[in-house]
Amino acid sequence: MNAHDTVDGAPELVVQTHDLTKRYGDRLAVDAVSMTVRRGEVYGFLGPNGAGKTTTLRMVLGLIRPTSGSASVLGRPAGAADVTARTGALIEGPGFFPYLTGRANLQVLARMQGLSDTAVDEALDRVGLGGRSRDRFKAYSLGMKQRLGVAAALLGDPELIVLDEPTNGLDPGGMADMRALVTDLARGGQAVLLSSHLLAEVEEICDRVGVIAGGRLLTESTVAELRGGRRLRVVAGPLDRALAVAMRAAGDDGVRVERSDDGDALLLEVGDDGVPDLVRALVAEGVDVHEITQTERTLEEVFFEMTADKTLEAVR
Amino acid sequence: MSTTTPVLRATRADLLRARRWSAVWIVIGAWLFLNALFGYVFDYVTYASGDESFSNEGQSRAELLAGILPQGVPDHLVQGMPLFGGALMMVLGALLAGSGFGWGTWKTAYTQGPSRTATAVGSLTSLTVVVAGVVLVTLACDLAMSLGVAALQSHDVVWPALGDLAKMTGVAFLVMEMWALIGYLLGVLARGPAVSVGLALVWALVVENLLRGVGASLGAVEAFAKLLPGTNAGSLVGGITGTTGDNPGVIDTVDTTRALVTVVVYLVVAPLVALALVRRRDVT
Repeated sequence: MNAHDTVDGAPELVVQTHDLTKRYGDRLAVDAVSMTVRRGEVYGFLGPNGAGKTTTLRMVLGLIRPTSGSASVLGRPAGAADVTARTGALIEGPGFFPYLTGRANLQVLARMQGLSDTAVDEALDRVGLGGRSRDRFKAYSLGMKQRLGVAAALLGDPELIVLDEPTNGLDPGGMADMRALVTDLARGGQAVLLSSHLLAEVEEICDRVGVIAGGRLLTESTVAELRGGRRLRVVAGPLDRALAVAMRAAGDDGVRVERSDDGDALLLEVGDDGVPDLVRALVAEGVDVHEITQTERTLEEVFFEMTADKTLEAVR
Repeated sequence: MSTTTPVLRATRADLLRARRWSAVWIVIGAWLFLNALFGYVFDYVTYASGDESFSNEGQSRAELLAGILPQGVPDHLVQGMPLFGGALMMVLGALLAGSGFGWGTWKTAYTQGPSRTATAVGSLTSLTVVVAGVVLVTLACDLAMSLGVAALQSHDVVWPALGDLAKMTGVAFLVMEMWALIGYLLGVLARGPAVSVGLALVWALVVENLLRGVGASLGAVEAFAKLLPGTNAGSLVGGITGTTGDNPGVIDTVDTTRALVTVVVYLVVAPLVALALVRRRDVT
């Protein structure tokens, strides 16, 4: 049994929301979002600006009350005192006293949690701020402020860490360090709920992904499931005959035509076993096959396909 | 993990951020400076120069001197508090509560600290500790300055009765704490320091005086004015010291007992309303 599983073998849910909804006047910011985050995983929360990511995270953290629906964290209602004590968060930018040093800011939070200054220094070292910890917060660069926010979230080794766009303002080296840190946290058994607009980042470090647009959770699955199976790119002619064959193999809705100046191509999904059959069928129909390649959809492509529809709906 | 209670932990945390904030020291310094200037320096200069018309009309030179010698410390301690001291404590409370909304520090605390209630009670306790400290330091400064006057005038030192000193220190704390807690409530209400500090100052220094003035000719306004914090703080100090009209804000509009009860009601209600708001409101 995995260390993070419960006795009955099911993964332990650190966050569970049921039809979580937040309405501001006429505007529905979050619409019936039901999501789950498991212990020891990095969960990526993806969505365009204004999709409802931060509002959802605020409800999960108990900062705002849902209009309807519920959120439970670590088996208790979101925002309960015994939950916040086991949670760390960086939400919508770091919030610190500008006149205090980075270290003193963390000391304030450590005092609240009853932690020693050793925990403060460890958290600062972990985000690479040990050398600048005695500078005032207001003198920090955007990236350093962000690191301090993450260090605050790590204080006390919480079971759930919520990071809202944690790599904002970091240089490429800092972003790589942050990704390594997040992966390391999950390896240690902590659950990380991470919102990001950087799809490559999510693809690289997240175990599961929730995609939100227009306030609705469009899907929740592993990155691999989201990207789907392998895809074939076929350059063949004449195109109409090739398209007819491809549609017989992949279904009427399973084929897309990719137009380009270099020539048109067909994009379709078939299983590994289906490739030789497709080639045979194309040749049998007298189609000239110029090129056939296997590709994988990137998360970016999937994301845009999913959110474009939603954005269009919103525009209409 | 510490075994201390969440409120105690939150109090320690809040004291740490308060004592390292220069704005807190500037407000306290401004109060101590004003207290020294109006409480002792001007009176002493007036006495020493022999000009009785200078801001102390009606007081003989002997009375003037008696007020700034050690035996006058109990009365002197509280006389500047209903208006100037109170206004500055209200600024302090508004700053300590309101600044955390703009900086996002309340948000940070609520997501990973003790409960919102414990955090706010800790913050209110920390403010109370600061106010108590300010009152004690004011007392120490007043005693030091009165001893200085006694030394300069080669006057025998007559210590005030300990009971009087304790009573006036208590009144001073009640008045200053009431204003500080009202400032805290305003900071929470306005979710920022700027609006709450501005409102607090205009209210304490202008509006209450105007309402008392209008109240002289309008019964309904007079009844309303008698419920206001400044009126009651001023009446408490005026009634207990028996000196009205000598210092701005020290009045006899309300009976002393009623003024005391009203001040205590403000002391209880202001933090309770602030706590209810902190608990219930969304943090955006």
